[in-house]
Amino acid sequence: MKKIPNKVKNPYFAGTILGFVLYAAFALTHSGLGASGAISRIHVAITKLFWSAHVDHVGTFAAMGAGDRNALDHPSVYLLIGTFAGGLISAWINGRLKVEIFKGSRISNTQRLIFALLGGIIMGYGARFARGCTSGQALSGGAVLSVGSWAFMFSVFIGGYAVAYFVRRLWND
Amino acid sequence: MLPIDILTELGKAGGYAVFFLIGAGFGIALELAGFGDSRRLAAQFYLKDMTVLKTMFTAILVACLLIFLSAGIGVLDFSQLAVNQTFLWPGIVGGLIMGVGFIVGGYCPGTSLVASASFKIDGIIFLAGTIIGAGLFGESLASFETFWNSSFTDRFLVSDWLGLSIGATVFIVTIFALMMFYVAEKVEEFFKNKETGKAMSWKITKRPYLYGAVVLVAVAILIWSVGQPDPIRKWKIMESKYSGQLAIKAVFIHPLEYVKTNNESTIKLITLDLRSANDYEAFHLGGSENIKLDDLLNAKFVAPLAQLPPNGVVVLLSDNDSISIKAWQYLKVQGVLNLYILENGLHDWNKLFADKQIHDKAINLASPPAEVLQLFPKNAYIPKIKIGSKKRAGGLCS
Repeated sequence: MKKIPNKVKNPYFAGTILGFVLYAAFALTHSGLGASGAISRIHVAITKLFWSAHVDHVGTFAAMGAGDRNALDHPSVYLLIGTFAGGLISAWINGRLKVEIFKGSRISNTQRLIFALLGGIIMGYGARFARGCTSGQALSGGAVLSVGSWAFMFSVFIGGYAVAYFVRRLWND
Repeated sequence: MLPIDILTELGKAGGYAVFFLIGAGFGIALELAGFGDSRRLAAQFYLKDMTVLKTMFTAILVACLLIFLSAGIGVLDFSQLAVNQTFLWPGIVGGLIMGVGFIVGGYCPGTSLVASASFKIDGIIFLAGTIIGAGLFGESLASFETFWNSSFTDRFLVSDWLGLSIGATVFIVTIFALMMFYVAEKVEEFFKNKETGKAMSWKITKRPYLYGAVVLVAVAILIWSVGQPDPIRKWKIMESKYSGQLAIKAVFIHPLEYVKTNNESTIKLITLDLRSANDYEAFHLGGSENIKLDDLLNAKFVAPLAQLPPNGVVVLLSDNDSISIKAWQYLKVQGVLNLYILENGLHDWNKLFADKQIHDKAINLASPPAEVLQLFPKNAYIPKIKIGSKKRAGGLCS
């Protein structure tokens, strides 16, 4: 592994690659990219291990994993595993494979991890509420000009900017 | 012709492998952009680093141009792509919630995967949070399910909303994205100059960016001038894909099958009558709608037909099979699933049913009841209707 990580690519270059990947996804599978659907499926699969009756009862869980249906037997899960693998490969090649915690300098590691968990919970909740996340709604729906996806995209930015000032301590240098 | 359905082409194992590869491309692109680092993602919201906005809109724009260029030249059938359904207000509320999660946690679901893959502890914890959050949503949904299903339009494109052609819309989106890129560059420059004390300049200083912008605008203009194929041109492009079904009469249904389908409560049957208004007035099937062939070239008229639920069946009838066939072609290329033609129109209708009686009473010719089927031998017709599953609507978020 290299000591100094490579510089990240120019955002327009990375965006162009991402655009071609997104196009390939549409051309080969009818639909674009996604992450939150598979995350929800992982949740259902885990819940099912401990409390399978509950999965049958809750509408959105049942749709994914009721009865003998395997929640993980879905293309989105393989897309998610691929995303993970792609991230791993690229980070390895570019020398960014390192155990660390990214945070602003004014908060402790524990504080950062608490807020990461909290943010993740809010994000997971919101992504289900919006029927998709930044990849499934904003990127995929944006490219095929869905009105709902464009409205969604702007509200993500609005939501972020509205709160950013109040949590600036988290990210200050 | 694209899109292909990789799961039917390669089977489950091969299809999933392709999904894995697409995912890998996705992960590599996100990682190359530096999205495995929460600080870079969060900086977007303090205007110091606009990587998120630039990368996202570049990706959307590039994919959008590729999709509509290939649709315009007839390489890809846009009606077969999954377009995210619009649930306007739930989408906006969900987006606002996600925005908060983004700035508090520093990632979004896709980027947290990449961060986790490169061993970032905060990414792993965030990812665990999203799994919990998805669960909490399912648990709490019952209390606001009505709202969650409100303000729904199935396939609502920005071009429909603006009342413009797709080409014009793509052009506007391109210009809009380029303006955002310009603003993003200048905002970054502003914050950099604030530190170094350099004077602000409004010029585009990077040549390659200017060339890139010119290429994008040129492609957008090309898409606009080529236009999207109308159903007539689309049929010419796609004829080979569907003409076999017409040749072997796989889509022509017998009147008895029509009666059977019409009496099935699980099927939502829509009957389009292409005969003249006079003939329609004189006699028509119960629930049928009198239309003209030209109506089927009108996207607004066709949209609800293309967006029927999977149990929706559309049956065409006319005096003349050549008109029904034309209508079938127009609708097929616009993405109408489960589409059939009533063989011979209503020519055989009276012959079949006029003398039939149930409980010594003549039947209602406009909508014969299911019992009438018992008056015919079981093999009186070959059933043709197969309810196709609707893969397009789901997408990967479900």
